[in-house]
Amino acid sequence: MTEPGADDADAAIADQSSPGESSAGESSAGTELHGFPLVESRGQSVLHPTREGYLDVVRTLAEEGYTMCVDVTAVDYLQHMDRPLPAAVQPERFEVVVNLLDLTARRRLRVRVQVPEADPTLASLFDLHPGTEAMEREVYDMFGIGFEDHPDLTRILMPEDWVGHPLRKDYDVGRIPVQFKEAHA
Amino acid sequence: MAASTHYREFVAGTDEGDQQLAERSAGSARERLRETGAVLRMSEAEAAALGGPPEDPDDDQTMIINMGPQHPSTHGVLRLMLELQGETVLRCKPIIGYLHTGMEKTGEQLTFLQGGTNVTRMDYLSPFANELVFSMATERLLGIDEAIPERATWIRMLMAELNRMSSHLLFMATNGMDLGAVSMMIYGWREREEVLRFFQQVTGLRMNHNYIRPGGVAADLPAGWRDGVLRLLELIPPRLDEYETLLNGQPIYRDRLQGVGVITPSEAVALGATGPILRATGVEWDLRRHMPYLHYDELDFDVVVGTYGDAFDRYAIRLAEIRESMRLVRQILDRMPAGDYRIQDKKVTPPPRARIDESMEALIHHFKLFTEGFKVPEGEVYVAIESPRGEVGCYIASDGGPKPYRMHVRAPSFANIQCLPHMMRGGLVADAVAVISSVDPVLGDVDR
Repeated sequence: MTEPGADDADAAIADQSSPGESSAGESSAGTELHGFPLVESRGQSVLHPTREGYLDVVRTLAEEGYTMCVDVTAVDYLQHMDRPLPAAVQPERFEVVVNLLDLTARRRLRVRVQVPEADPTLASLFDLHPGTEAMEREVYDMFGIGFEDHPDLTRILMPEDWVGHPLRKDYDVGRIPVQFKEAHA
Repeated sequence: MAASTHYREFVAGTDEGDQQLAERSAGSARERLRETGAVLRMSEAEAAALGGPPEDPDDDQTMIINMGPQHPSTHGVLRLMLELQGETVLRCKPIIGYLHTGMEKTGEQLTFLQGGTNVTRMDYLSPFANELVFSMATERLLGIDEAIPERATWIRMLMAELNRMSSHLLFMATNGMDLGAVSMMIYGWREREEVLRFFQQVTGLRMNHNYIRPGGVAADLPAGWRDGVLRLLELIPPRLDEYETLLNGQPIYRDRLQGVGVITPSEAVALGATGPILRATGVEWDLRRHMPYLHYDELDFDVVVGTYGDAFDRYAIRLAEIRESMRLVRQILDRMPAGDYRIQDKKVTPPPRARIDESMEALIHHFKLFTEGFKVPEGEVYVAIESPRGEVGCYIASDGGPKPYRMHVRAPSFANIQCLPHMMRGGLVADAVAVISSVDPVLGDVDR
């Protein structure tokens, strides 16, 4: 059954990436902060430091007023290596995302660091922001990214003897066996 | 995976096996520094000069005990390992993960439309806050965050503030129960249930509503909703006065909370604590006021702050915040506009039921929205709002598909329980219960 309407609906669905894309794509305005590319993503500031410069830049930012580290998380870009990044940034499989907050100036800054698959380690922010202790453990537990100089890098959510890091994209999702799955052929 | 030797050596050097609190003799000076100096941002010498509990007793003078995961006052399945010397808590380590169900992984398998059912179950005492932050992040990615209808925005604020009331009322109940004020427990649950009854009237469910969705809310407010809200606004204030009479003037209750679990502003900021815990230390920080979202900048309310950063301040702030929320709800009632309750963007919103009967396109469109979902443009975004427990944030990375490539929720309870060791250090074991209660963690939020 080839209804003309089917194509219309299809087009409506396929077309839907257009409203956001024009306004919200990463505009690489070419600005820099402390020598690293600073981009706007949906009206939010994102800094892309190198792995080596990460700790120093977060320290400098803390001195500039970003006194609270709200969140540390990571993304495994295994299936999405062609994501948009500033030209100077070499995409790697893992990305650690740190959200900093400046309580006085009421502003936020997001720091995205590329972490290679071959050596997934990164400096710990613990000495700067002790509240990252549990968050870095969570990233270690879920992604297997090691934080150097973290005081107690153990699993936090998964059992101690768990094998693998569940939020990696190549970690198999368990399945519940389905009854009658042959029924539809 | 081809791990480099550096990484292999690194992992070998971590203590992968042990999440538990070790004997004092096993810990190094560095570990003790971690517990005090690093958090206070002091040098080792300054931390040592701080004194506090007797330093370095022998192993045979101390005892490590487990509190939880089945202890009733740990609000779920929080397990604390406490090192005690007599009645004094020397060290404390929260051990979590007993309620971990992989909700962030689940979030990658669900479409943006289904995601609400997942996030609403994280902090199950403030489901609207979680739904709201997830929806706001999705809308930001879609680029429709400016286009949400006015009525939907005001409905969202109404539900979020009522949810703050219900959550804090439950805190009143559990805090009372933990301190032995058993009648308070019944009162708190009773009033919370009244609020939940209103939620049921609006969403069909007491909890886990999935009511706030990308694009607006699931359904318009039902007939008679205004009477339901007015009834709550009439019912609850005298009950709050009763709580005050019952608890504030009660010497036993005050003695058990005042001066217990003290935390300083610098500690709270360093630990990433938000919400009533941060405000109890005197730091005026409320996202509704200081980084406004929805229409909070148009409303009149006070940010309640404490002075001492103790358990009593945290209790008093929550009690006052119920009143502030009611003040907000009154203003929202006055300003609730007419109009659409969800955006009329056919890419996000399914067609109305009546259209499905008469239009093939509408039927197909409806079917595709609920099977495939709508595609969200590539990008990443972090949106944060003020939940009853502090900053709840949602980080979504989209690869342009109908499901989030990565969905992370910054859970306020997860950060807040890191304060427990600092609040308990040097206190009595009996106060540990009061301290846990005053942090008001929700373990669904901690473990996700």
